[in-house]
Amino acid sequence: MAKQYETVIGLEVHVELATKTKIFCGCSTAFGGAPNTHTCPVCTGMPGSLPVLNKQVVEYALAVGLATNCEINQYCKFDRKNYFYPDNPQNYQISQLYLPICHDGKVEIETTAGKKYVGIHEIHMEEDAGKLVHDEWEDCSLVDYNRSGVPLIEIVSEPDMRSAEEVIAYLDKLRLIIQYLGASDCKLQEGSMRADVNLSVREVGAEKFGTRTEMKNINSFKAIARAIEGERARQIELLEMGKPVIQETRRWDDNKEYSYAMRSKEDAQDYRYFPDPDLVPVIISDEWIDRVKAVQPELRTEKLERYKKEFDIPDYDAEILTSSKHMADIFEAATAICKKPKKVSNWLMVETLRLLKEKGQDPEDIMFSPEHLAELVELTEEGTINSSVAKEVFEKIFEEDVDPAVYVEEHGLKTVNDEGALRSTIEEIVAANPQSVADYKGGKQKAIGFLVGQTMKAMKGKADPASVNKILKEILDA
Amino acid sequence: MANIISDETMEYVGILAKLELSEEEKTQAKKDMEIMLDYIDKLNELDTTGVEPMSHVFPVHNVFREDVVTNGDDSENMLKNAPAKKDGAFMVPKTVE
Amino acid sequence: MGLLDDTAVELGKKIKSGEVTVKEAVMACLDQIKKAESTIHAYVTIDREGALKKAEEVQKKIDEGKLTGPLAGVPVAIKDNMCIAGMRTTCSSKILDNFIPTYTAEAVKNLEEAGAVILGKTNMDEFAMGSTTETSAYGVTRNPWDPEHVPGGSSGGSCAAVAAGECFYALGSDTGGSIRQPSSFCGVTGIKPTYGTVSRYGLIAYGSSLDQIGPVGKDVTDCATILEVIASHDKKDSTSLDRTDCDFTSALVKDVKDMKIGIPRDYLGEGLDPEVKEAVLAAAKVLEEAGAVVEKFDLSLVDYAIPAYYTIAAAEASSNLERFDGVKYGYRAKEYEGLHNMYKKSRSEGFGPEVKRRIMLGSFVLSSGYYDAYYLKALRTKALIKQAFDKAFATYDVILGPAAPTTAPKLGESLGDPLKMYLGDIYTISCNLAGLPGMTVPCGIDSKGLPIGVQLLGDCFQEKKIIRAAYTYEQSRQEKIICPDMSEVLEKAVE
Repeated sequence: MAKQYETVIGLEVHVELATKTKIFCGCSTAFGGAPNTHTCPVCTGMPGSLPVLNKQVVEYALAVGLATNCEINQYCKFDRKNYFYPDNPQNYQISQLYLPICHDGKVEIETTAGKKYVGIHEIHMEEDAGKLVHDEWEDCSLVDYNRSGVPLIEIVSEPDMRSAEEVIAYLDKLRLIIQYLGASDCKLQEGSMRADVNLSVREVGAEKFGTRTEMKNINSFKAIARAIEGERARQIELLEMGKPVIQETRRWDDNKEYSYAMRSKEDAQDYRYFPDPDLVPVIISDEWIDRVKAVQPELRTEKLERYKKEFDIPDYDAEILTSSKHMADIFEAATAICKKPKKVSNWLMVETLRLLKEKGQDPEDIMFSPEHLAELVELTEEGTINSSVAKEVFEKIFEEDVDPAVYVEEHGLKTVNDEGALRSTIEEIVAANPQSVADYKGGKQKAIGFLVGQTMKAMKGKADPASVNKILKEILDA
Repeated sequence: MANIISDETMEYVGILAKLELSEEEKTQAKKDMEIMLDYIDKLNELDTTGVEPMSHVFPVHNVFREDVVTNGDDSENMLKNAPAKKDGAFMVPKTVE
Repeated sequence: MGLLDDTAVELGKKIKSGEVTVKEAVMACLDQIKKAESTIHAYVTIDREGALKKAEEVQKKIDEGKLTGPLAGVPVAIKDNMCIAGMRTTCSSKILDNFIPTYTAEAVKNLEEAGAVILGKTNMDEFAMGSTTETSAYGVTRNPWDPEHVPGGSSGGSCAAVAAGECFYALGSDTGGSIRQPSSFCGVTGIKPTYGTVSRYGLIAYGSSLDQIGPVGKDVTDCATILEVIASHDKKDSTSLDRTDCDFTSALVKDVKDMKIGIPRDYLGEGLDPEVKEAVLAAAKVLEEAGAVVEKFDLSLVDYAIPAYYTIAAAEASSNLERFDGVKYGYRAKEYEGLHNMYKKSRSEGFGPEVKRRIMLGSFVLSSGYYDAYYLKALRTKALIKQAFDKAFATYDVILGPAAPTTAPKLGESLGDPLKMYLGDIYTISCNLAGLPGMTVPCGIDSKGLPIGVQLLGDCFQEKKIIRAAYTYEQSRQEKIICPDMSEVLEKAVE
């Protein structure tokens, strides 16, 4: 019988923090911008420049550590990690090795197999690198330091995961915690959340871990699942052939679904870490920890429970709405205005999710304001517009965040409530469609649907369908 | 002489430090390093058990910046000294194979 | 010589009173530079136009009463490891040959705000690594007392420029004695302040935990005045201290009656030139006669300071100098194959031998498997050295000793044997490891006609004590040590 293998996975998750400025200088962290327009002597490694720590970075790192049940190193320091690469302007990255801010935490995850804990080895603060763009024309690379010095936390898990499903559940859990804390928007596609996968295999029942590899360059949940399957298969194949797995860093190529060794003669992987003499230690007092705990916002689990109690919406809706902090924020804000949680939830659960899916976007990408959604709910409830017009208006809100009242007014989409005008239109329709009238009178109830449709068409959709039905029946049944 | 530095070690340190020494320089550097390390070994005479390594002389801590944007677009100045540049970026030899 | 004999503070007074114009002062220096530079070579870059333009601006502000400080209008030279916007800054290295910063070092900014007129940038050992100013990529600087001899280093250009009257005062930097030792060799006064007193922002780092900027001047009054101007709490430097006791000129008082001065026996032993020893002990005698209690004591651990220092400084330097890679600024090799070869060639061609030696040593002591044995051991030794000083300063207000074991050696004598050169730093290095303030004051001239300096060390934040002791010594000693008559020196050099 073939040997059974178990996959052992640990993750190193990098999260870009939602600060306004970089970790060691007053440059903006805003996305976009022409190359090097968010740079200064500090984040381009000019001689004589010196780093000064952004306090908000410590606050966020601390909040994430507390929310993931970590111990806090109340005396923590920054170290230099030395390696030459053009995206790293000083040729050392300021990071934390010896005394990281948080350690020994855990989070609970839930998969089809049930609940379990994934341990967090440590969380440390560090700076992001710049961006390299490869210029085919000149056969060179171009360096942009706009991202250089953007604050990151690296969350290093214990090797506690055994499947892609667990890895995804863990990542999702981290994402929700961090988003709820407001510490990052955690967008995998944009790179504000990135995962390196440490993976080894061993025979089921073996006590010792196998040799692990580290895979980098994975930027979606799906790619992570594929990378795990691909690397597991590669390692098992090696073992089956009696060859050793080499401990190394590999780059996952999601198109080819294969990982490649990143080693070169020039990468010694000896980072010569030592305490950065330009920065002083961070001492985190008990009071500071208490203060961060006190302002800790409602996390996902608590919010979910509250939704189930407070709002008359299905449990399933509550699950989906709270699975994105951004969506939950919109739900609550819109509900607070229009007081119709069920209606607001419906717009989010049906139309919003449909449009997001169509555009390949995440709930984090929703850009409309809750005020406009609330207004749309009110317009529909008052009968100012009918449901098909509402759908049309919602698409505009979704895409351009239009003010629905203004939009309805400008495009003349209000439901026509002038009974005289409606009645004369219906009389014309009835006169023009004798066959349908005959069908109806002959007992085909369905034929009325056609007549309603014709009326709505003639009214350019602005009639209230209930009124149309009522008047039609009056005329036909007369 | 207690410390012997091998050619491989010199090669390795050269990779770490991104320095390429000529044969002559290498021989000299090896000799210098051996002499210095022998000299540094003098520290082993000292009993430092229980002594905390001291990186900072003064107990200064928690020096922070507030999270406020203070810098605008200074790309022109940042690129002023670049040996090679293109489209507002620093130009370097190709980084991928 | 006239005007050039004035100290910076004396000149400042004359400018303020209108007796001398700023332009006259600047011209006097520029003329002296013209005469002396071909022999002394104290400068890497001379900014004649800039200085003359600045002289006019400053004069205007003085006339309008907007600049009233003691240094307003006084011409200064800046060591070439401090960035000045728009002025070439090389660290005396080929790797920064074409580097023009777009920002100014905080210490220099403080001087500019006080009305200083910058004449140019002074020569130094490449990246401040050396004790003779011979490792500069732009040629050696010669000692104004005797051009056959070195000026010391690494702030050799700054000290030589002051001694030769090519400026009225200068800024230097001190990582292991780089202000105090060349001050001793050039017969000028220099202070290395307590670590964190002067901002390091804009100072191109050598050993970040050891580097401090300080003044080089003609006497104690000048140095106290300059230090008072450049000291500041800078939010851009995390290691900058918020001190409220920087009124250093208040310590210019001739009184040491309440002082206890200790002379480490460890500083008077083997290796110390007898003439230097005699001059230093004579200086101690002057202070004793002025009322101080002077005693000899055992400081201990002196022999361990050099190996600890070179481990820490080389380690930090190896990392600090990684940024010089031919990508963002500075020298890039002309020919290379690919990225890593570009790095290696640019750095190997751009750095001189002493810098490469220290980078190699520093990379090695930090590399995998050696970090604990070398780097952490050195940091533990540093802690013990600090403790030894704490103990000494519990008893003494000031520690007095030589600044260097000998007077200035001849050109070319030191470079052949690096270890011997490093041993020359024995009296100055501990002060940097412990973060202490220290200063050098001229105290004699040896039989070769070269100056000798006495070094005064104080406890952390006790600059005022060493300034008071130095001032008292300066005012009490019999003969004044004045800078050499340059016209004589230069005439001789031509022969």
